[in-house]
This record gives sequence, C-alpha cells and structure tokens, in this order.
Amino acid sequence: MSTPIIETDGLTREFRVRDALRRRTLVAVDDLSLRVAPGEAVGYIGANGAGKSTTIKMLTGILVPTRGSVTTCGLRPVQDRRRLARQVGVVFGQRSQLWWDLPVRESFRILAAIHGLSASEEASRTEELVERLEMAEFLATPVRQLSLGQRMRGEVAAALLHSPRLVILDEPTIGLDVLSKQRLREFLVAERRTHGTTLLLTTHDMGDVERLCDRVLVIDRGRLAYDGDLPGLSRTVGAERVLVVDLAEPVDDLTGIPSTRHLTSEGHGLRQRLAFDAEATTAARVLAAVSERAEVLDLTVEEPDIEDVVRRIYAARR
Amino acid sequence: MADTSTASLRTALRPYLAVLGSRARSQRAYRASFALDLLSSLLVGAIELAEVSVLFHSVDALGGLDFTAILLVFGLADLCFSLADMSFGHCDNLPSYLRAGTLDVFYLRPQPLLLQLITSDISLRRLARAAVGAVALTVGLVLNDIDWSPAHVLLLALAIVSGYAVFAGMFVWAGGAQFFLVEGAETTNAFVYGGRYAATQPASVWNRPLWAVFGFFFPMVFTGFLPALWLLGYAPPYGLPDWVGWCAPAAAVWTWTLALASWRVGVRHYQGGGG
Repeated sequence: MSTPIIETDGLTREFRVRDALRRRTLVAVDDLSLRVAPGEAVGYIGANGAGKSTTIKMLTGILVPTRGSVTTCGLRPVQDRRRLARQVGVVFGQRSQLWWDLPVRESFRILAAIHGLSASEEASRTEELVERLEMAEFLATPVRQLSLGQRMRGEVAAALLHSPRLVILDEPTIGLDVLSKQRLREFLVAERRTHGTTLLLTTHDMGDVERLCDRVLVIDRGRLAYDGDLPGLSRTVGAERVLVVDLAEPVDDLTGIPSTRHLTSEGHGLRQRLAFDAEATTAARVLAAVSERAEVLDLTVEEPDIEDVVRRIYAARR
Repeated sequence: MADTSTASLRTALRPYLAVLGSRARSQRAYRASFALDLLSSLLVGAIELAEVSVLFHSVDALGGLDFTAILLVFGLADLCFSLADMSFGHCDNLPSYLRAGTLDVFYLRPQPLLLQLITSDISLRRLARAAVGAVALTVGLVLNDIDWSPAHVLLLALAIVSGYAVFAGMFVWAGGAQFFLVEGAETTNAFVYGGRYAATQPASVWNRPLWAVFGFFFPMVFTGFLPALWLLGYAPPYGLPDWVGWCAPAAAVWTWTLALASWRVGVRHYQGGGG
C-alpha cells in the first residue's frame, strides 16, 4: 500500500463543557486510528454528534487534537495548514465558500487568485467544472439567487477548483432533490475516475455511500465501530431492504413469505410493506410470492437507511 | 531584479486584491444605495463634529484648548479612526464570522488567517466619514497659528499613519478578544468606540484612571491630542516631556503588540490548543 493520504493514530479530541455549575469533559473523538490510501472513496458515517465534524476539523487543521497524531497528505494539519490547503478541498454542506452577493463566475475567479492558479489553469479547470456540473446557465447569477441544488454544485466546484488530491465532503447532498443528488454523485464519480481524487464524505444518505464509496467507516461516540465495505456492513448488521407493494384490491396481511417479515398494511391491505433479508432472498422472489396472492399495481424498494444501519451497529456494541 | 521582485509581490498580493476588489465593486454596484450609504456615513461624521462645536458654544476653552485647537485634535483622531474603520472595522465583528462558518473557510485557504480576515471586506462608505475628519483637520491646520517647519510636516504625517495603525490595531485586538469573551462585542466596543470618543477630546480634562486606560494601555492620546499639542507648541499635561507628541509610532507598535497577542490567544482558544 502506498503512503496513506490520511493517517491518524490514537487521535483524540476532548472538549471541556460547562453546564450549570459543573465542568465536565466531553470526548468527541476517542482513540481513532485509521488509514486511507490515495484514490480511495470513503464514507464516514455516524449519528449526529458521533464525532464526524470534529474529525474533519482535525484533518484540516481547524482543531488541534487533544492526544494522538494526524497526518493529511503527508503534512501536519495544524503546523502545515497553508501547504495543506493547496492539496485539500472541503465542502461544508452548511457553510458557504462562495461570495453571497457575487455571480458564481466571480467567486471562481477570486478562488483561482487565492489558490494562485495561472490563467491557463484557471481557464481549463473552470471550463471542466462548469461543463461537468452543468453550471453554464447560472454562472452569471449572484449566489444568493441560486437554488439549493445550484448552490451546492457551485460549492463543490469552488472546493475543487484548485484540483485537490483529497476532497472532504461534509453532508454534500443534504436537502437536495433526487435529480440534484444524482448529478452531484455522477460528477464525483467522474472526477475520481479522471483525476484519481481521494474522497472522504460524511452523509446521512445511504445512496451517497452506495454510489460513491468503496469503503465505509462507522463512528460511534468518537470510536471507530466499523471499517469495511458496504455489503460487509449490511451483513454485519443484517440490514433489511423493504418492498412496498400497492395491490389491486385489499388482501390480508402478506405473512409467511420465506425470509420476509410483514411490517405494515395501509388501506385495509391495499398497500403493504415487507422487509426482506437481502442475503437470503431477492426482491424479485418476494415479488413473485406476493403476485401469487394478489395483483401488484405498483412497487418500490426501500434501501436500508443509514440511521437504521448505524443504530444496529450501535446496538450490537452496547 | 526589480522586475522579478515586483512580479513576486504581485503574486503575493493577488489573493488579497482579488477579494478586496470584488468587495469594492459589489458596494458600488448599486449606485443609489451606495450614495445613500455615503450620505448616512457623512451624517454620522457631521454629528460627531457638531457635538464638539455645541460644547464650545457654552465654554470658550476645555482643558486649555479652544475650539480651533480642538478641531485639530478631533480632525486628526477622527480621520485616523474613520480610515481604520473603513479597512479594519469588520474585524471586531468576529462572532458573525464564527456563526457563518467563514472562519473555518479561511482555514482552508493557503493564506494567514488574520490577513484573510483583514482583507475580507472594506467599507467604502466610511470614506464619507473620513472626509469629515479630513475637513476638520484641514480647517484646524489653517486656523491655528502653527509655526510650520519640516519637522511639523513630518510629525503630522507620522501622527496620521500611526493613528491609523493604532485604531486598526484596536479592531484586531477586539477581534482576537471576541474569540473567548462572552458578550465579547459589548466589552470590546467600550474600548474601541469609547476609545475613539476619548481620542477626539482634550485629554487634559481626563482623570487618572482614564489616562491609564486611554493614555497608555490603549494609547488613544497619541492619535490626536499629543501630536496636536506639539504642532501648536503647547506643553503636555502631567509634566510629560515636550517630545511625547513624537511617540505616536511607539504607540502604534504597542497597540499592534497587544493586537497580535490577543489574536494569537484567540485563535489558540478557537482551535483548542490550550491558551
């Protein structure tokens, strides 16, 4: 394995909080040791307050670790912050890098100056990002007038303008509609393919992890709870997928289908939700079994949601 | 040789100029609104000046200075403050940068944090207020009986540059302090804006505690009063030596020592590296 692009050893971060009269110490990240190789795409998931943002802030030099060591792109984030900034791009879903009152294009121009891009680098990279993120239609629009989806594309482009080796995305798809999410994911896949960019992303959306990541890290109360691929994660927690069927006429609860659990029925059995173990059976087999009992008008398959997966991991550890 | 150093300077300044240029353009983009901003800023400056003149309707002299002498003190201090407010005034609004996450964004850019903060904004409308200070200063220089010499010109130039630096340092000091002071803005405002007010008054009427705070710790007295006394040929109070008016640059250095220390402690506090 080549030199890791992210390497932490016993990384720990404590906060001293004062509530009412007492002072207590809150451990946000606890003895975290992990390695990410260049070119990997890693999903970093966990409940709110599990320590994801704190980790990101330590990786980028915003926070100083209480204990342990961290190396990002071979640099010490706090001491070498300015050199590191040239190699890392960060998208914070909640905070903007763009200038609110300026057209998107103008923000890119300023960021190119901030990162010291030459005129030709600036032109070619801007052109590439504008094309891939389909931003041409709103380049001249002030940022404050953009839709959330447009603004998010602008944010991603802003973070990637200087062609960083490592891109960290904190909740990049939060609040986006299905189409915008899809566009953004396709872009990130393409960016990784063409430039070998390393991705680390936190998300609450299982779709992000499934479509973007080949490795998942689950963090629970500051500690690493799982490190492996997504199918392995589903196997570990036995996450079920859910088949929702709309039937032509009301029928009794669809129980007794192999490897399947009946969850709920609505409208006297017109719509029923069935959980099935994706390891033991398939959606098609479950559907076939349902069709023997009733005429299916419509169906959807719900993926295990990330909260559910995380909750199961947490439950198994306690 | 000169060419390469100019080129490297331009490269070094490019990030800051790009941001400042965009700030300036965006403020002037809406002409009517910019004109209103200028006007309101002009009014604020004019009211500050009116306050001084109203005071001198009831008294002929205050702390040994008459109205024309006070114009000189006011003009010097207010010009310096307004210019500093224009270019550094946003630094003492740190909590809003923290709330918006702008500071975290600064961490992701390859420039020093404080330089990014300073060059993140510029309030062109405050030029109008600086104009009030400049007019007061000019009138003060003309009406007072100053025995002009090259030393007078030099002192005037030093006083303006140093006074600007003192007030700029005050804004940076306030920004650093707001990292860890609860209700930081209220606390620092007392010194930054209270200091501005004190600086435009004759310091000879101050009591001792006020001298301790605005005479030396936050050296407001060096931004207008002491240089003005030297220009006028008056003796400073409290048996201070005549040349004390020349110490404005030292006051600027001291303020920036405070400012950088405050910023350093503030950033350490923010990053949680222990203070």
